[in-house]
Amino acid sequence: MSKPLHTKQATQTSTCYHCGEPCKDELLHFEEKEFCCTGCKLVYEVLSENDLCNYYDIAEKPGSSQKDASKRDNRFDYLDDADIIRKLVDFQNEEESHITFTIPLIHCASCIWLLENLHKLDSGVISGRVDFIKKKVQIKFRQNNISLRDLVILLSKIGYEPSINLADVEKKAVSKTDKKLIYKLAVAGFCFGNMMLFSLPEYFAEAELLGNGFKKTFNYLNVLLALPVFFYAATDYYRSAWISLRNKAVNMDVPIAIGIVTLFSYSLYDIFALGNEGYMDTLGGLLFFLLIGKYYQQKTYDTLSFDRDYKSYFPVAVTKLVGEREDVIPLVKLNVGDVIKVRNEELIPSDSILLEGDAAIDYSFVTGEEVPVIKKRGELIYAGGRQKGRAITLAVQKSPSQGYLTDLWNNDAFEKEKSKGLESLANRISGKFTLTVLGIAFAALAFWVYQGQISLGVLAFTSVLIITCPCALAMSTPFTLGNTLRVMGQGKFYLKNAHVIEKLAKTDTVVFDKTGTLTAPAKAKVQYFGELLSEESQAIIKGMVSQSTHALSNRINSYLAGVKTFSLDQIEEIQGKGLKAFYKGQEVKLGSAEFVASSLSDLPEGGNLVFFSVEGNVLGYFFIQSGLRENVAEIVSEISRDRSVHLLSGDQDHERNYLKKLFGDVLEMNFNQSPKDKLTYLKNLNDNGSKTLMVGDGLNDAGALQESHVGIAITDKVTNFSPASDGIMDASVINRLPAFLKFAKTSRKIIKASFGLSFTYNSVGVFFAVQGLVSPVFCAILMPISSISVVIFTTLTTNYLAYKRGLKDKIL
Amino acid sequence: MEVIFVLIAISLILAGSFLFLFFRAMKDGQFEDSHTPAIRILFENQQSKKKKIPTPKSK
Repeated sequence: MSKPLHTKQATQTSTCYHCGEPCKDELLHFEEKEFCCTGCKLVYEVLSENDLCNYYDIAEKPGSSQKDASKRDNRFDYLDDADIIRKLVDFQNEEESHITFTIPLIHCASCIWLLENLHKLDSGVISGRVDFIKKKVQIKFRQNNISLRDLVILLSKIGYEPSINLADVEKKAVSKTDKKLIYKLAVAGFCFGNMMLFSLPEYFAEAELLGNGFKKTFNYLNVLLALPVFFYAATDYYRSAWISLRNKAVNMDVPIAIGIVTLFSYSLYDIFALGNEGYMDTLGGLLFFLLIGKYYQQKTYDTLSFDRDYKSYFPVAVTKLVGEREDVIPLVKLNVGDVIKVRNEELIPSDSILLEGDAAIDYSFVTGEEVPVIKKRGELIYAGGRQKGRAITLAVQKSPSQGYLTDLWNNDAFEKEKSKGLESLANRISGKFTLTVLGIAFAALAFWVYQGQISLGVLAFTSVLIITCPCALAMSTPFTLGNTLRVMGQGKFYLKNAHVIEKLAKTDTVVFDKTGTLTAPAKAKVQYFGELLSEESQAIIKGMVSQSTHALSNRINSYLAGVKTFSLDQIEEIQGKGLKAFYKGQEVKLGSAEFVASSLSDLPEGGNLVFFSVEGNVLGYFFIQSGLRENVAEIVSEISRDRSVHLLSGDQDHERNYLKKLFGDVLEMNFNQSPKDKLTYLKNLNDNGSKTLMVGDGLNDAGALQESHVGIAITDKVTNFSPASDGIMDASVINRLPAFLKFAKTSRKIIKASFGLSFTYNSVGVFFAVQGLVSPVFCAILMPISSISVVIFTTLTTNYLAYKRGLKDKIL
Repeated sequence: MEVIFVLIAISLILAGSFLFLFFRAMKDGQFEDSHTPAIRILFENQQSKKKKIPTPKSK
């Protein structure tokens, strides 16, 4: 169907009181205020009725445009389903329910204020609490007074529709792990601080003045304070060391655990049997510094999610047609053979056959290409696309989890842990390190026993183990990587965790997806072929495309930038076909070949064609190709210097020659790749011993991103949906990818250098330890100094090098 | 000098209670959202101001 786009010309100066957008299409007045659409006016009415207009005082024009908001009343019917309610709520008893919604529209102080005053709108709501950064609101409500469905309707009525998707229903992941680390850090810090105070007198000769009673008390107090450190704060290290040993490997935590146990048990012996002061304060300090390093390494991006699969994108419910009736049912209850209705902007939930209507499917989240694909009746439509235009009727062919795209997630690649293959630098040297240390310790023991001094031998043995406890060694990695993580984060390259950096440095094969990754919708290349366009026709075309939101119209519009715009009468947009208008009584058409009845042959391939006709005469056509992002050729050639580069594309290979000319022979190109082919391609590369880095953007790359050693998702807006990956990169910084890869390598070099530094400390320590000359004071001074100096060294070097390469604005 | 024993006990109890308070704050989620409270604190002021001066129109 068509709808006239021009109803009433509004004065250009007025902006909507609610959303602040210019009132272009219509202008509504209410209580002396101007609104751009009925939706915005409605929100204002609801708020003013309930005396909540303070909303408009806190921030200027705080609302969001309600133009595109769906008005359908039954779309939340699935929220009456008891199963769904139970899965969505956080807590429920007879009286009240608690639920947390994600509301992407939260963007200003007014949003917070309104959502926390929901109880003024409906007495069933008890309270609301907003987490601004995470864009979440927790609402407590009495389910007997307001149902969950009515609550969601209320929220969407005031313009804050929560996003509820399949992942919310499928599982509730609560991560409490990083909290534990903070508890441990607090305990270690508390004990360390107090132990230092009690040990301080020992460091000075004045201790003698205090008398024996004090000394003993202080030592016993130290033992007491060391207990929580040893039995609580250090538990992660025992566990990790044990797991590593059980797998017949030695990771960095093994020598640390040996050091901790030796420190603790020798100190007990020293204090209780020998009446000396022990090394408990060193133990406390060691754990405190180690845990700080661990904490620093964890940098999380609250607004980003690295683990999303298709479920966080699929809706919870679909409209099922039973005869004439429309039922809104949960997606999980959808069966093969059901007939469903999909409306404008709704998602195709499963592979189905088109029964009725004009389907124009936007697969931009799947493939990265945003020009809608036109489907005819009887054709199979794959799940994951978004319908643009009028409602269509579909017959379900496969269950949502078994489709062409979603079947990817049933692959083994999603079952296994991703950390295969690439070992971290620290773990690689720790095996040799542990052996060497044990060797030296036993040699020292043997030497002194041979000399007949057994007690000195034991002292030397334990001293070596204590002094070489790789505190500084273990800290160089987390601090360097943690810092690198932050530098990259500032450069809009967000990594899931610090281990990814080390893996990134080791990759030797880079695989790019084409559409949406190397090409960008905004960088389209538009060419015109046919009869030369007069200035008048250009202005007509411009007038037409400027009234359309279709992706191709936008591209032609930007191609005609600087051209005068005619305002035309009766512009009609026929969804999926094209635009029609009248100019001086002549019919002007812009659209597909079918639409303008073009008989032109010998057309170029590899792009979209938009034909232009006047009174049925086709004058010419626009040839629109997806354009490459800026500097892509340089990126590829720079990366190809020390890595092999591959390109995977789901498209036909008509662009092969063009790309070959652009990139040269360094690029290995593969076309016609299905999502599963991409996964298999990566698997083959891995099996051949390559260390792969996959750079992709859409859901169809999800398998390849998962299978690769490091998967990076490129996105034009980082808070948008992106498939599960190890890193998310803002598309605007893709030209820095080679620099980031280099920096990852640099950070490995920095780790190596700081290893060198801490080895120096260790050898000095060992020199004294083998002679049995190590005292608690010596330990208490050397260990913190070595740790702190390593931390300072790594932090300064990473920051300085990042600054020098232009990845950071200032050094600190 | 024996008074030091008392002082030690007091200092440990004090420090321990700080640790306990920190744990409790962690549990209550005080550190989970550090941004919203900073905005929230400004709301009540605006409301009370509004009661005295009827609707300060933005220019």
